[in-house]
Amino acid sequence: MNGGDTPNGPPQPTRARVAEGLARRYRRERRFRLLGLAALLFGLGFLAVFFVTLIANGHTAFVQTRILLDIELDAERIDPDGRREPIALETANYQQLIRDALHRRFPDVTERRDVRELYALISPAADLEIRRLVLDDPAVIGQTRSFWLLADDDVDMLVKGRIDRDAPEAGRRLSDRQIRWVDTLAADGRVELKLNRYFFTSGDSRDPELAGIWSATVGSFFMLLVTLLLSFPLGVATAVYLEEFAPRNRWTDLIEVNINNLAAVPSIVFGLLGLALFINIFGLPRSAPLVGGLVLTLMTLPVIIIASRAALKAVPPSIREAALGVGASKMQVVLHHVLPLALPGMLTGTIIGMARALGESAPLLMIGMVAFIVDVPESPLDPSSALPVQIFLWADSPERAFVERTSAAILVLLAFLVLMNGAAILLRRRFERRW
Amino acid sequence: MLTMPQTATAATEQAPPAAAPAPAYRTVGDYRAANPIITARNVNVFYGEKQAIQDVSLDIGNNEVIALIGPSGCGKSTFLRCLNRMNDTIESARVSGEIKLYDEDIYAKQMDVVMLRARVGMVFQKPNPFPKSIYDNVAYGPRIHGLARDRAELDEIVQKSLERAGLWSEVKDRLEEPGTGLSGGQQQRLCIARTIAVSPEVILMDEPCSALDPIATARIEDLIDELKQNYAIVIVTHSMQQAARVSQRTAYFHLGRLIEVGATDEIFTNPRHKLTEDYITGRFG
Repeated sequence: MNGGDTPNGPPQPTRARVAEGLARRYRRERRFRLLGLAALLFGLGFLAVFFVTLIANGHTAFVQTRILLDIELDAERIDPDGRREPIALETANYQQLIRDALHRRFPDVTERRDVRELYALISPAADLEIRRLVLDDPAVIGQTRSFWLLADDDVDMLVKGRIDRDAPEAGRRLSDRQIRWVDTLAADGRVELKLNRYFFTSGDSRDPELAGIWSATVGSFFMLLVTLLLSFPLGVATAVYLEEFAPRNRWTDLIEVNINNLAAVPSIVFGLLGLALFINIFGLPRSAPLVGGLVLTLMTLPVIIIASRAALKAVPPSIREAALGVGASKMQVVLHHVLPLALPGMLTGTIIGMARALGESAPLLMIGMVAFIVDVPESPLDPSSALPVQIFLWADSPERAFVERTSAAILVLLAFLVLMNGAAILLRRRFERRW
Repeated sequence: MLTMPQTATAATEQAPPAAAPAPAYRTVGDYRAANPIITARNVNVFYGEKQAIQDVSLDIGNNEVIALIGPSGCGKSTFLRCLNRMNDTIESARVSGEIKLYDEDIYAKQMDVVMLRARVGMVFQKPNPFPKSIYDNVAYGPRIHGLARDRAELDEIVQKSLERAGLWSEVKDRLEEPGTGLSGGQQQRLCIARTIAVSPEVILMDEPCSALDPIATARIEDLIDELKQNYAIVIVTHSMQQAARVSQRTAYFHLGRLIEVGATDEIFTNPRHKLTEDYITGRFG
């Protein structure tokens, strides 16, 4: 295999030198590839840690502890008049029924302090479900019914194993007695983890067992709706004008530089602008998704304009020439040919911009969307929160039970983001054209 | 091999005086046509500071095929694009001189570009069908100009145009399929059908066969031969054989100047200018 032996080959020194370097070149290539692979694995590793932590912390928030109690729907207690008036049924003290049931279950608890601890096992809002049943069907009054009552968040944490039983009593939220009671109930099969409906259907609450993401989700939805309705048409129109109609001169250059700069402006600055402009000058309501949407529009517009211009630039000039060649006007060239071909790219950019807007929290803090919102907003003018802001608020709450809810809310937000980015990729695949 | 670099340096040395306004040369041969549709006189085109063509005067006659030949960058495509004002799309382009379609100045303010391009159609170097169905490709021009009163009339225009472009028999069963799915030669014939669907008076062709194989090229050349009975055709080509086969007149461009015009047989058998002779005998280009 000595290169110098072949009569027609290049002179031996060249071959030898190339062969010498060849091994080194391949080694270098292998090293380079390994380096890239290592970087990728490093990134993936972090992502895996992130997801594992989130899921480990958050998955328990989708269920919550309920305790089975036999409630005697005593007519004397609910409706002493016996007239079954709605107002009476609504204001009756259902809490007392729960307390009675607890007393029947644990008759030996009599001391005032112990009684209060016993009552604390059940969520202060557990009576709402009893009341709903009675209001729906007053005929149940007088019967004894079994209810899976909402447990207090501390009991919930105990059942989910998030309270250390070996810690000294003073260092836990539950006393030894309370733990014993829960264990007794559990031994009877009266403690169970059930689907956490409140998490998906209610707004924020001071009681973690009642807190949910629905009002924040609706707020985010209204906000994105406003953002989409404003930023897509505005962004596309701007991009079309700049790309197809505007002359190239110093002014358009200046505008281009500014648009690129705006895309890089920290989002909190847009929040301040929104506060000054929309709330202080235009007098729009605070904490409203409308204002949030307007602020996010300011933030998303540059992204959409840049993506749309790139999509317009990608339409080959031959298509424009073809249309001009048969006598299409500038407007017809754009509307009939360029825009339809650029639209998938524009939509992809828009979805990515929207996904960014969905995850944005800083500018919303500036316009008062950080408020404590229990009610589900019914229009973009109602006070509302947003998903990322809700996460921020819960992360700030001291209750142990909010930890899992924070993680769960992050999981929900991530699911939305994955959905949107998936849609963007799908759209690109589906409509990608080759010329 | 050695003549080429020499010509190239000679060219760069000639460039500064060429930018001067006075007519620096005379075209050899008669640039006029007996029955002209387009008359161009002393046309200059600048791209920014750079002059692309200089003092070109040329007539396009009725029912004739005129071939524009010359080495790359000689200005033949630029001249072609002046004839339907496609140069308007290039912002730095500036045109002076006079180009008339019959007796209308096509660079006059009152000339409508859309109208002009409907009358002077264009076929491009690379087949560029719209990413739409074959039918919609051909129907696009008639639709935007409102040439058909109803669907039946539009169908007829589409069929006739495809027939004239020699494509009808190949595509009549798949008019709804995308035009981009056709072969290169078929795509170019589709583009020709699209152009003649608006019944232009002149068809400009910018190297229409340069992206095609010899068989597809032969079909397009046959087609050009048939089309000249109804249209005036200006074709830019790099293939001298093609120019000799399809054209009646030939114009030779060199470095932005129109060097020689004449009947195609004469140019190819008996060129009068040294540059023309060098080019067609293959000494450069």
